[in-house]
Order: sequence, then C-alpha cells, then structure tokens
Amino acid sequence: MKPQSRAALLFLAPGMALITLFFILPVIAGFFLSLTDFDLYSIGDVRNTRVVGAKNYASLLDNPLFWRALTNTLYFSFVGGPLTIAVALAAALLLNAKLARFKALFRTIYFAPVVTTIVGVAIVWKYVYHPRVGLLNRMLDAIGIQGPDWLGDPQWAMPALILLAVWRGFGYATVIFLAGLQNVPEELYEAARIDGAGGWKQFWHVTVPQLGPTFVFVGIITAIGFLQVFAEPYVMTPDGGPLNSTLTIVMLMYREGFRWWNMGYAAAVAFILFAMVLLATLANTLIRRRRA
Amino acid sequence: MLLSFLSFLLPLSSFLSTSCARPQQSTTIEFWGLGREGEVVAELIPEFTKQTGIKVDVQQIPWTAAHEKILTAHVGGSLPDALQVGNSWMSELVTIDAIVPLEETLVDKSDYFAGIWDTNVIGGTLYGIPWYVDTRLLFYRTDLIPTPPRTWSEWNAVMAKLRRENPSRDFYPIVMPTNEWPQPVIFALQRGAVLVDESARARFDEPRFLEGFNFYVDMFRRGYAPAVSNTQVANIYQQFGEGQFAMWITGPWDVGNLRLRLSKEQQELWSTAPLPAPDGTPYPGVSLAGGSSLVVSKRSSKQAAAKQFIAFLSRPEIQSRFYEMTGDLPARKSAWRVLEGDRELAAFGRQLDRTVALPRLPEAENIVNAVAEHGQLTVRGQFTPQQAAQALDRKIDAMLEKRRWVLRKFIPRVDAGSLGAPAVQEADASRVHPRSRVYARDKLNEAAEAHR
Repeated sequence: MKPQSRAALLFLAPGMALITLFFILPVIAGFFLSLTDFDLYSIGDVRNTRVVGAKNYASLLDNPLFWRALTNTLYFSFVGGPLTIAVALAAALLLNAKLARFKALFRTIYFAPVVTTIVGVAIVWKYVYHPRVGLLNRMLDAIGIQGPDWLGDPQWAMPALILLAVWRGFGYATVIFLAGLQNVPEELYEAARIDGAGGWKQFWHVTVPQLGPTFVFVGIITAIGFLQVFAEPYVMTPDGGPLNSTLTIVMLMYREGFRWWNMGYAAAVAFILFAMVLLATLANTLIRRRRA
Repeated sequence: MLLSFLSFLLPLSSFLSTSCARPQQSTTIEFWGLGREGEVVAELIPEFTKQTGIKVDVQQIPWTAAHEKILTAHVGGSLPDALQVGNSWMSELVTIDAIVPLEETLVDKSDYFAGIWDTNVIGGTLYGIPWYVDTRLLFYRTDLIPTPPRTWSEWNAVMAKLRRENPSRDFYPIVMPTNEWPQPVIFALQRGAVLVDESARARFDEPRFLEGFNFYVDMFRRGYAPAVSNTQVANIYQQFGEGQFAMWITGPWDVGNLRLRLSKEQQELWSTAPLPAPDGTPYPGVSLAGGSSLVVSKRSSKQAAAKQFIAFLSRPEIQSRFYEMTGDLPARKSAWRVLEGDRELAAFGRQLDRTVALPRLPEAENIVNAVAEHGQLTVRGQFTPQQAAQALDRKIDAMLEKRRWVLRKFIPRVDAGSLGAPAVQEADASRVHPRSRVYARDKLNEAAEAHR
C-alpha cells in the first residue's frame, strides 16, 4: 500500500468505524430482524423468536392496511413533493429578482417553518383547521364557502396535511434554489435577451437547464422527506386519521413496532420503505444522467 | 446466529443501566404516574415520606405516550421502581417479564371490586393493585327517557319510540362513535362471548359473539345511532346538553366533563344508569373492568420500598383524598363513602359490581381494536355481521399464532394430561426460563378451570 493511501485510510478510519458501528451494522441487524417474528414474547425470552424467512413480507403484502398506507404515502409524496418544489422555485425566483426588497427578511420568513418544531406548528395548524372557529374556514366563510372539517373528513385530511407539509418544507428547498440561481451566469441571460428571448423563454431555456443539478438534489431530498412522512400525521391526526386516511408507511411501522411491539414485522415495513427511497433516488439520478 | 446476537443485546442493555446505579443514603424510589394522576400524586408524597422516611421521585408521563414509553423503558432497562399502568396492559407486562408478583396481603382484597381485581391476576398470580377504577355505562337525558331501560328489549323499545317521535336527522336516540371498540365488545361480552379461548383460538363466528355484534350493528341499521366516528362529532358535550342525542355510553371522566361544560339548566336534564342486560340475564348487564393499577418493576432494587408506597396509596383514607383531588373513582369500596349522595356516580358503584375483564393476553388491545374496525366496516355495509365475524376469526387466529406456539413449546406435559403433578412442574420449571413458568402456570390454571 502506498504511504498516501495508508494515511488516507488512517484519517478515514474513525469516521468509517462510527458509520459501520452505528449505521451499517444496525441496518444489517434490522434486515435480519425483519426475517424473524421478534415480538413481545421475545422480549420476555429471546428463545421465543423464530426465523420466519420472508413471511413478514408476504403477510405485509396481504395486509390491506399496508396498501392503504402505501397509497396514502404515494399520494402525499406525488402531490406534496412537486408542489413543494414548485412553491420553493417560485419563492426563490422572487427572492432572486432584481426588484425584490428586504431579501434577507423574506429569506428568514420562508425558512422559519423549517426550523420550527413540528409540535408547536401542529398546535397552531390545528387551530387553523378547526372546523368552526379555524382561520381557514372563517376565511372561506367570508367568501361564502362552507369549509369542510379538514382533519376529520377522510377526503380532506390528507390535502390538509399536504398543505401543512408544503408550508413547512418549502423554505429549505428555496434556500438551495436561491444558491443555484445565484450561480447562473448573468451573461447567459444577456445573450438570451439579445437573441430576443422574453421572460418566460429565458426561464425555460436558461434558468431551468442551469438549475439541473439543483433540481436533482432538491428532488431527492424532497422525495425522501415525503416518503418518510411521520411527524405531520402523527401529531395532527394520531391513530391514522379518519378511516386511516392519513396512515403512512412510517406511521404503520411505528404502530406495529412500538404500539403492538411486532418488531420483526415493523422491520419488514422499514425495509420496504428503504427499497422505495432507494428506487426514488435511483430514478432521480437516472433521469438526470439521461439529460446530461 | 441472529438469536445469539439478539440475546447479546438484551442483557447488555440491562447491564448498562444497572452499572450506573449508585448506592444511596436515604432510600429514594422512582415512580411514574400517568397524565393527571401523575401530577396530583405528588401532593400525597410528603405524608408518605414523613411516615416512612422513603423519598419518592415522581415523573409524569402523558397517557398518549405511556404504553410505548413503558415498553421501551423496559427494553432499555430504565423502568422506575413503581409505576401506574392501565390494567389492560398487565398481561403484556407479565409476558415481557417487566413486573413482579405482589403479595395479596399488601391490601385487603375483600375491599376491592372483584371484576377489577381480576384484571390484575395473570395466570393465578397477582401482579398489580388497583389504584382507581372505571367502567362504562349509560348516560341519558332524563327529559327524554324518564326511566332508563333495564333489558335489551326495553332499550330497543326506548330507542324506537324516540326515533318515531323525532324522525329528524338532527336527532339520534344514541351516539356510539364507530371507531370506539368498547361498545361492540361490551355487547358481545354481555352475551357471554369469550373473544379468545383458553387455547388462544379466536371465537368470533359463534352465537355468543354474533348476538352482541348484531345488537350493535342493528342500532345503526335502524337509524338509532349515526354512523360517525368520534372525530366527526364536533362537540359531544354541547350536543348532549342540547338534546341532539338521548343516550351515550361512556365512563366516569365524562361526569366531570358534563358538570363542567353544561349550563345550569342543562345539569338537571341528564343522569347515569348501569347498562341494560340482555333479556333473561341479571341486571345490570356487564361492562368493562377498566382503570389503573400500581405495579413494581422487576429491575427495581428497592422493591420493598416500592411495595410500601403502593400500600400507602391504597389506604382507604388516601383513596378518598385521591378521589377528591382527581375525581377518579376509588378502587376500594370503603373509600366510596365520600361519594355518598352523588346520584351520577352512584350508578358506577352498581356497575362496578358487574364487570368483566378482556381476555388477559398481550394482544388484547390489538384484538378489540380489530373488533371496532370490523364493526365500522359492517356498519358501512361492506360486511354482513357473519362475514365480519369470519374475517375476525381469521385475523385474530393469525395474530395469536405466536402465542399458541409459545404455549405449546413450554408445556407439552400439560397437553399430555399430567395436570395433578405440580411438584413435577416446579422441578421442570427450574430448568427453563422463569417466564415459561408463568405460561405453564397460566395454562395449568386454565386447564384446571376447564376441568371444574
């Protein structure tokens, strides 16, 4: 081994050791756990554990609640994810506009929900969504629309959570987009203007391609965040909401793991989620490579 | 390999937690109280410390997170010396070997409601002392229902009459939120349903269960009850106060809520009564044995002090004071003297003499939730009651597969019929894990009961 690589290895060792101990090993242990029926009886006596192979996965695919949770999660992700990106991009464009004033102030305002604790946010939003005295329904009342019971109605509970998640999450993406926008060379816009491109064409043919890598990064981060949604439904609609309409994959995992203590089963849920996140990430990168 | 890895983890966690416990000068025990009780119990502690010299460090755990927190704390080896638990968790805590048996001499057993006491007895051994009790019964509007029904047929007649007199959809004779499990479960228990039998087999597709389940579903079919979940009922107290429904099945906590929220005139218009019984069975009909119990954790090194504390909290005069502080119904009958003259709560006293426990299995909560879920699907017309019962049988049987395996694994001898040989059982038991002895005893008792 060359001295340099030995030195590199030495410097990497502490980090590698930590990652192995606290990340890779638990993941492997979690995978093995998902092949067992580790549950309450196993906590009493470990010998009450059987290796059941893929049975957890099979019964999971057979469980209507799992499909419900999967549908809810995908609904949440496919509506909430793109919406977050769109709102974030719009906010970033506004902040980056030459006419904009008080940029730092607005940047802080947009970013504030990201760093606010979800429990505090949940209390405020529960008031906002209150069917009779809530801000939202009062506003709808004023224009003559009778608002639904946002969190109590199976149809509206998920949209209400999506709105909350978008509001809470777009600030983070905004900051990243803003950084991306500031890296777009001004000459490109100048050249485009000379070629006669209007505002929309400049955006579509200059800004968007230049933001490519930013889109991939934001896309992956948002997808992962949305697929792993837990805090919002957990605090706003505990127990999965009306008719399980806000039960997500992670909620199901939590319910199975910590409420019923079916750890093996919950680990299987975790691995399916892992596969989904992996797929989303791969898809994102592939799309990016194709374009490049 | 996996098993040895897991078995390595568990002792490690308990090792870590015990190794940092330091010896202390004066004894201090840790106590976990849940919700409001955890807040209030602190006021009783100075007296206990004065009498015994034992200090108590109280931690308050919110009810919504309590169950998860206790299980996690057990695995992490950080349970306190004594704690309050919902009495329906008892079997779970025994299964995971988190709590220790208690001596029956700790308190005067005859002073407790029998049905409630039983929820603390798992496999013939006492594991908890009831702290406060609750059960569910009928809340009704006295202006709409002059005398509360005593039988199911009287009940149906009352609801039919109310429906006839007021066909409007703004009014319902009764409200039973479809996502609450107690109502369908109570009706089934009233018909003698066991839900799960001694050999951990589901027992739903049979008349005992179906009669109760049908009674429940019919209330919706006949339009006596609206098919709504409790999140869809905006303000149940206000609606009850305004007479938008005439009956409601709930627990003692709502006595306090109604007294707090209804106007003075409305206070005259409601009362409580024990549950009606199925025709031909004694009144009142049975209800659920609910409430909280006090237990001592296995890992505690101060179990004697913890038991002293439990005995203190169980004294009749302390129980009376606790009632005055919280409004929680005392577990001891002698402490009920403070409730004399309370018309609404007196009905609970009668109901508490007629309660039954849910199946004492760690899976019980999961099972009753499944009943509510299938009740909801039946009410919405996706299942016939029979189909729901069959689906429940399949689901619960699959859920209990593990328990049957554990039962079979540790007690092949009992199955072979060697019931009358406890000495052999004990000798045998010394070779296996202590937990399996409980299963064996559990099974033995059940078998002995079946024998009688």
